[in-house]
Amino acid sequence: MNLPTTFAIAAEETGHAVEYGDGGWAAEWAWLLVIVPFLAFLAIVFFGKRLPRQGGEIAVGAMAFVALYGAVLFILNATQGVVFEHSVEVARIGSFSIEWGWVVDGLSSMMYLVVGLLSFLIFTYALGYMKGDVRVTWFFAAFSLFAGSMLLLVSAPNLIQLIVGWEGVGLSSYLLIAHYWEKKENSSAGMKAFYVNKVADIGLVIGAFVLAIPVGSFRISDILEAVVGDSEAMQTVAIAGAVLLFIGAMGKSAQFPFHVWLPDAMAGPTPVSALMHAATMVTAGVYLLGRMYPLYAVMAPDVLRVLVLTIGAITLIIAGLLALVQDDIKKVLAYSTVSQLGYMVAAMGAGAYTAGLFHLWTHAFFKGLLFLGAGSVIHSVHSNNMSDMGGLRKSMPVTFGTFVAGTVALAGIFPFAGFFSKDEVLASFNYEGYTVVLAIGIIGAFVTAFYMARTVFLTFYGTHKGHGHPHESPRVMTVPMVVLAGLAVVGGWVNIPGLYTGFTQWVGTRAHLFEEHHGESFDWPVLALGLSAALLGIAGGYLLYFRDKETQQARDSFRIPLLWPLLEHKYYLDDLYLGGIVNPIKGPLARFVDWTNSYILDGIVNGAGFLARAVAGVVYGWFDQRGIDLAFNGIAFTTDGAGGKTRLLQTGKVQQYAGATVVGVTLLVIGFVILR
Amino acid sequence: MLLSQFLVLGALLFSLGIYGLLVRRNAVMVLLSIELMLNAVNVNLVAFGAFLQNADVGGQIFAIFVITVAAAEVGVGLAIILMIFRNRTSANIDELDLMKW
Repeated sequence: MNLPTTFAIAAEETGHAVEYGDGGWAAEWAWLLVIVPFLAFLAIVFFGKRLPRQGGEIAVGAMAFVALYGAVLFILNATQGVVFEHSVEVARIGSFSIEWGWVVDGLSSMMYLVVGLLSFLIFTYALGYMKGDVRVTWFFAAFSLFAGSMLLLVSAPNLIQLIVGWEGVGLSSYLLIAHYWEKKENSSAGMKAFYVNKVADIGLVIGAFVLAIPVGSFRISDILEAVVGDSEAMQTVAIAGAVLLFIGAMGKSAQFPFHVWLPDAMAGPTPVSALMHAATMVTAGVYLLGRMYPLYAVMAPDVLRVLVLTIGAITLIIAGLLALVQDDIKKVLAYSTVSQLGYMVAAMGAGAYTAGLFHLWTHAFFKGLLFLGAGSVIHSVHSNNMSDMGGLRKSMPVTFGTFVAGTVALAGIFPFAGFFSKDEVLASFNYEGYTVVLAIGIIGAFVTAFYMARTVFLTFYGTHKGHGHPHESPRVMTVPMVVLAGLAVVGGWVNIPGLYTGFTQWVGTRAHLFEEHHGESFDWPVLALGLSAALLGIAGGYLLYFRDKETQQARDSFRIPLLWPLLEHKYYLDDLYLGGIVNPIKGPLARFVDWTNSYILDGIVNGAGFLARAVAGVVYGWFDQRGIDLAFNGIAFTTDGAGGKTRLLQTGKVQQYAGATVVGVTLLVIGFVILR
Repeated sequence: MLLSQFLVLGALLFSLGIYGLLVRRNAVMVLLSIELMLNAVNVNLVAFGAFLQNADVGGQIFAIFVITVAAAEVGVGLAIILMIFRNRTSANIDELDLMKW
């Protein structure tokens, strides 16, 4: 597969002349990455129940394959720079070709590795966590479908396949969030996630068509080339398409105001939350922004980028504040994810493509780890609420150690992974001159450190407030956590400004359409501000939560008057949606529609019915009975009479027929002879 | 060329056949009359076949076809007449008028 010309030219212009390989057999067979999870899904559905671990081993095996293959592709890309794209036509409508294909390049191979590795570790963990659950087999089947859909999305070279994967992710997340559907709240949470996503997906679908129809192709490379090659003519289309695609990305990546579904999605089993937050679902929006990045970078940057940046910044701060007041440990982490996604989106908006993806990369490790740790705690104390925990440091040492590693990484303390990625995001805000956003980002770093410190102190320090005796989780659960803890430490070392910037090259192999700034060394003032904000946050958490307090009331004694109720009610956003959208539709609007229906529509329908009956009576009596029937009876009567006369010709005597034939033929012959 | 003599012979045989077909009462004789007509046609075919030198042997071949079909037809016809005779102890064609109205 050759490199498209535009990419090559742009690569020369920016002075990053990188040699590309085509990846050889590894890239050609990369379709296996997508197929294997789907085959695993089918195998688990049909044979899972008969296996000793009820299908879990198939899922883990499939993910081990994906993780290994992803690692191979990642290393291949890191060493020689791979650009490979292949498409097979599946169907054709007019001039539009619907294709299935796969892309192996920096961005997708990074995602293959993240999705594969996280899925493998979380699936292994789930073997222990879901043991004895009501629907283990179905859980693993839907889990495989989840990972498979994400890989289908990531590998998409065209927008149609991307939408199919996107909707597959939405569907399987719905199935998994509502896994314990016997409780009404859980199935409602599943539906809420599905509906909110669906509203945003409309943007994605319309955006795909808005972009594809003028270009004449759904291929992402064709669309980007057309946009970049003829930016004058394509400007309107590109802006509209980019905004619509961004709406889709906002839904999946839980950006304000679509973030409301993500905290409720905690109703699912904890491994689902871990996978959803680390690798397979919420990263899809950021991935889409990365995949379509030239659209945002080249076209009217001041309009689109400020929109993306603003949404990201708003999400970053409001979700971070919300995490401060949650008692449910998973909800703290959920709002934390929303906040970190805000960092990624804002980085994309600020023009820092690499920084956004780098934060996605590190975040996958430590957020996956934190969720697994939270799951381990929940598994042990049988409650989601931190008011039932406390003092678990002694009884669960491995969970404690890994959770702290994840916390420190998320807070952004040197030299853990989160430090490098968050610093790069903040530095890019500073470089691009978005001072307000930089300030928000630093406040966000403080808030992040604060709520994570609060979580650790409430969960692992003090005295145990729940019932029973907590115990450490089995090895099948702790080993994945230890592995992820290792990655949460070293994951950020791949992109250190001034020392080693491998990550920039890895994800950047196709992205030289746009100029991007990479600092030669750390942006020291920003680094100092960010790091001290994080340290201050941890210190604040220590001061307020380290000392053990008996009641929830006492622990939350520092409530700020105006902010607290606002946060407790999640900015009244759910009430706004319920009161502003759902209830008007359910209440007055529904009643109005009902009234219209019974009085106006029914009146019209009934009136039409009476009128039709009256007309029909007249038609029947006069026209049908006297007109048409008379005509048909007359025809029948005439035919009958004529038949009665002519049947006398049928004598049954063969020789009379023969005589008639002879006479007739003779007359014909004579006629021919005379008339010739 | 003796073509006209052959044609006269054919016409005579054909007329004889028509006469037998129309006036004979016995079904077997009616069948024989039909055979006579077919053979009159055969005479015509062979005569024209010999007369038109450049038409290969088309006439003669066609005559062979006619003979074959006639043989089959007589076979079927005689079988039908045999069955009718067994049922009604008569082969009088005037009495076979069940198909009239």
